[in-house]
Amino acid sequence: MAREHIKHIESYTPQAGTMIPLGTQKFLRTCVLWQIIRFIAINIKMTKLIVNSHH
Amino acid sequence: MARLVILGAGVAGHTAASFAAKWLGKKHEVVVVTPNSKWNWIPSNIWVGVGEMSKKDVTFDLDPVYKKARVDYRQAKAVSINPEGSTSKAKAFVTVEYTGQGKEGQSEEIEYDYLINATGPKLNFGATPGLGEGTTMGEHTVSVCTADHAVHAAHVLDEKIAKMKKGEEQTFLIGTGHGMCTCQGAAFEYIFNIEHKLRNEGVRDKAKMIWISNESFLGDFGMGGMHIKMGGYVASSKIFAESIYAERGLDWIIGAHVNKVEAGKVTYETLDGKISEQEFDFAMLIPPFAGVGMKAYGKDGEDITDVVFAPNGMMKVDADYTPKDYRDWRASDWPKTLQNPTYKNIFAAGIAFAPPHPISKPMKSENGTPITPTPPRTGMPSAMMGKAVTQSIVDMINGKSSEPTHTACMSEMGAACVASAGKGLFSGTAAAMTVFPVVPDFEKYPGTGRDINGTTGEIGLAAHWVKHLLHHAFIWKAKLKPGWTLIPE
Repeated sequence: MAREHIKHIESYTPQAGTMIPLGTQKFLRTCVLWQIIRFIAINIKMTKLIVNSHH
Repeated sequence: MARLVILGAGVAGHTAASFAAKWLGKKHEVVVVTPNSKWNWIPSNIWVGVGEMSKKDVTFDLDPVYKKARVDYRQAKAVSINPEGSTSKAKAFVTVEYTGQGKEGQSEEIEYDYLINATGPKLNFGATPGLGEGTTMGEHTVSVCTADHAVHAAHVLDEKIAKMKKGEEQTFLIGTGHGMCTCQGAAFEYIFNIEHKLRNEGVRDKAKMIWISNESFLGDFGMGGMHIKMGGYVASSKIFAESIYAERGLDWIIGAHVNKVEAGKVTYETLDGKISEQEFDFAMLIPPFAGVGMKAYGKDGEDITDVVFAPNGMMKVDADYTPKDYRDWRASDWPKTLQNPTYKNIFAAGIAFAPPHPISKPMKSENGTPITPTPPRTGMPSAMMGKAVTQSIVDMINGKSSEPTHTACMSEMGAACVASAGKGLFSGTAAAMTVFPVVPDFEKYPGTGRDINGTTGEIGLAAHWVKHLLHHAFIWKAKLKPGWTLIPE
C-alpha cells in the first residue's frame, strides 16, 4: 500500500531526500468531513491574522 | 475641495479608490487613472490558464463601478509626475496618455492635491532575451500574469494535451524567467494546476514536468521561506515544498537565472556558475518586475526621476534605503506610512513602492550574476497598504493631521496566502498559509524571524474552498456590492 505512493522515487535524487505523504495523509486531504473541520480552522487562523495585522 | 489622484486600479489602487470615494464623498474629487478598462482578480488567472475559468470569470468593467462610486475614471497610462508643477502650472500634476474612452493617444495634465502611486509592476519580459520585448510577451513561452495571457496559455496547453493523447511525450517547464524575479507563488500554483489537469485528462504519464526558479531553496517564495509547527517540530517550508514536488513527480532546478529563451529551449546559469540548457514543449516563465517607468520633472522641467523613484522604477517611500550587508538588515528598514520622503502629498502602495532590499538572502553566482528572489507584495498586504494610505490622506485632507495617521508595514503585518494545487470542488487541493509578519523580524522573533503561532500552513480541500471563497468575496467587494466594506483586506 505504502509502495504505491513512493514507487516513483529514485534513490540519490533530491526527491529521495524529502518526505512523501502516504495513503492516510492523502486521504485526509480530500476527506470532506475532516476538511470541513479544517475549513473552520483555516478561517479562524486567517481572521486572527487579519485582526493582528490592521493597525 | 481637494483632488486625490490614484494611479492604477489593481488591488492596491482600487482598494484606495473605493475607500477614498466612500470617505471623501461629494466634497472632494477622486480620480483614478489606469490604462485598463477592466479589473482583474489576478489570483484566479492560473485557473484561466488551465481552462478552468474564463476571462469573464476573473474580470469586470471598471467604468460602471466607478460611475456608481462617483469616481472620475480615466482610461490612461501615467507617463510623468510634476510634483512641483511647472513654469506654466503652479499646482502639482501628472501627465497621462489615454488608452481608451475615445481619446487614445491624447495627452492630458491632471492636477492633484494628493497622489497615490499604485501602478503595479511593469512586466519586464524584455529583461531576458527571447522572453519578450519590453512589456510584450514573446512567442516561445506563455504567461498567466494577465487574464488575456492566461486565456492564450490555456489554448496552448490544450494543444499539448491533444498531442499527449495521441501518445507524444511533452516536457513542461514552469517557473521564473530571470534571476531577479518575484511571484514564485503564482508559478507554483500554475505547475501544480497543470499537473492536476494532466492527471484528470489521463496523460500525466506522458509529461515530464520541471520547475525552474531563482530561489536558492524550494519554498523560498521570495520571502526567505517560512517555518511551520508540525508534529512536534518546527520545519522549514523547504521540507514541505520539496515534499509536494516529489509527491507529484516534479523535477526542480533552483538557484537559476534564465538568460536566454529560444524556441523549445532555455539557457540558464546556476549559483555554481554553470551554464546549462533545458528543452521544453510548453513553458511558462514569470518575467521580472520593474516600476512602470514614469518620469518625474521639477518646476523648471529638470529631470528629477532619481529623486522620486529608485533605479528599478519603483517609488521611494519612508524606507531605509541605506545599502547594507544582508546581516545588517532590520525589520525597521521597511516603510510604515508609504509616504514619499521628498513630496509629502505623494504615497505609493502595493508593488509600486520601492522595497529597501529583498527579503530572501541575496545570492550571486560564481560568475557574479545576481540570482535572488525579489520581495513579493501579495494581495492582502497590497490592499492593506491601499487602505492605510487612503486613511492617512483623508485625515490630512480633513485637517485632522498634517502627517500620515495610518501605517501598513510589511514587517508588522501578516499575509494569508492560498496557493492552489489543483481545482475541483471535491478533488482540488491548495496550500493555505498564514505568515506573520511578512518581512521577518529577527529581533522580535529570534530564530525563525516570525511568530511561530501565527505562521501556519496546510494542504487540503478546505484550502481550495477558501481560495474559491476568496475569489467570489473579493470580486463582490471590488464591485462595491452591498456590504463590501465588511469583507476585510
